[in-house]
Amino acid sequence: MTQAEPQVVDFPLRKPGVAFPPPGYAGYREQQGLVLSCLPNGDRVWLVTRHEDVRAVLTDPRISSNPEHPGFPNVGESLGVPKQDQIPGWFVGLDSPEHDRFRKALIPEFTVRRVRAMRPAIERTVDERLDAMLAAGDCADLVADFALPIPSLVISSLLGVPPADRDFFESRTRTLVAIRASTDQQRESAAKDLLRYINRLVAIKQKWPADDLVSRLLATGAIAPHELSGVLMLLLIAGHETTANNIALGVVTLLTNPEWIGDDRAVEETLRFHSVADLVSLRVAVEDVEISGQLVRAGEGIVPLVAAANHDENSFECPHRFDPSRSARHHVAFGYGVHQCLGQNLVRVEMEIAYRKLFERIPALELAVPAEGLSFKHDGVVHGLHALPVRW
Amino acid sequence: MRITADTGRCVGAGQCVLNAPRAFDQDDDGLVTLLLAEPGADEEAGVRLAAGLCPSRAITVHED
Repeated sequence: MTQAEPQVVDFPLRKPGVAFPPPGYAGYREQQGLVLSCLPNGDRVWLVTRHEDVRAVLTDPRISSNPEHPGFPNVGESLGVPKQDQIPGWFVGLDSPEHDRFRKALIPEFTVRRVRAMRPAIERTVDERLDAMLAAGDCADLVADFALPIPSLVISSLLGVPPADRDFFESRTRTLVAIRASTDQQRESAAKDLLRYINRLVAIKQKWPADDLVSRLLATGAIAPHELSGVLMLLLIAGHETTANNIALGVVTLLTNPEWIGDDRAVEETLRFHSVADLVSLRVAVEDVEISGQLVRAGEGIVPLVAAANHDENSFECPHRFDPSRSARHHVAFGYGVHQCLGQNLVRVEMEIAYRKLFERIPALELAVPAEGLSFKHDGVVHGLHALPVRW
Repeated sequence: MRITADTGRCVGAGQCVLNAPRAFDQDDDGLVTLLLAEPGADEEAGVRLAAGLCPSRAITVHED
């Protein structure tokens, strides 16, 4: 295969005033082969933007998720996010077969049946948040008061955090993702607090097992206690802000498309439409591999842009229209391949219950600022909102 | 239509159970298990969707 020296495009970091997904993605999809881009730190990576290509990359055994391979894209560093790949048990950064031991141990905790059994507890959590919001007045920041606490409380309950510790857990997880309201130092300190707490939780469950995920994982013996802390931090990081951002963004979309309020199909379309984890599924080729006629050499970084794939006209008709009646289940908002989100069915249930209860209990809900004035997380790895002022 | 499912490949995403609950279930380990090896006409669409969505390509549809 002979090819002209490809053009190098700027890495498509989100910027204030630029819509999401960035309109530039459409041009990348039309380009032959893949798009060569330069990270702010100077590293060159291949951007993958077509739905079919993203699915191919995420299932190819010659392409690795392990950040220890040279050439792995360090997008997080470009956004000021520390590398987290040195934590034992951080299994999204492992390939098969090392990865599979962790995944297999966790699968039973997230089955469709298990998640269904969590529904009443999630409904209670959502109701309690709404009670607190309604008691506090006639306005709220839906990110801080609703979207962030729900997944945090659901995860703490899943992990077996005692009710008395849930406020502590919630406050630290909130600091961790409030990239504007907290300093680097506060976030570092919150992460340390959480890791210390999780280590202690594992020690307690070793001594006094109960009916919860941590105790069950310890009982299987598949994951060592020192790895388990990393696994639990991963569940928290992967399941908290992503879910919260989907809840908040979905509320905005429903408020501006009110004909879909009350229709549970809005959940799947929100996942596709907003694709909050656009920059999360990073990869590196460990052998030479051809994608869409493009030779990617071993050691070259690959950035599958999930939001670009989910707005690919060849897979989704009129992709920029929010249309819950479409069949969008083949979206890759949760990734694809063996790393596809383990908690995806839990996320779906959290979103469904959050939307249903919010609009049932506060039918007069409206934005307290013009939609154009909302502050998006251009500065975070995960797309979302810094705040969502609402009133009723 | 006949279906086979490979528990060795399964990563327990549960897409099959969500989209074709009469044809697929998850066992105690959370891995795919078949409820119908030869689904009838009314299950075909769901089964095809489930096979297409499976992130680890653990489900095969045989047209024999």
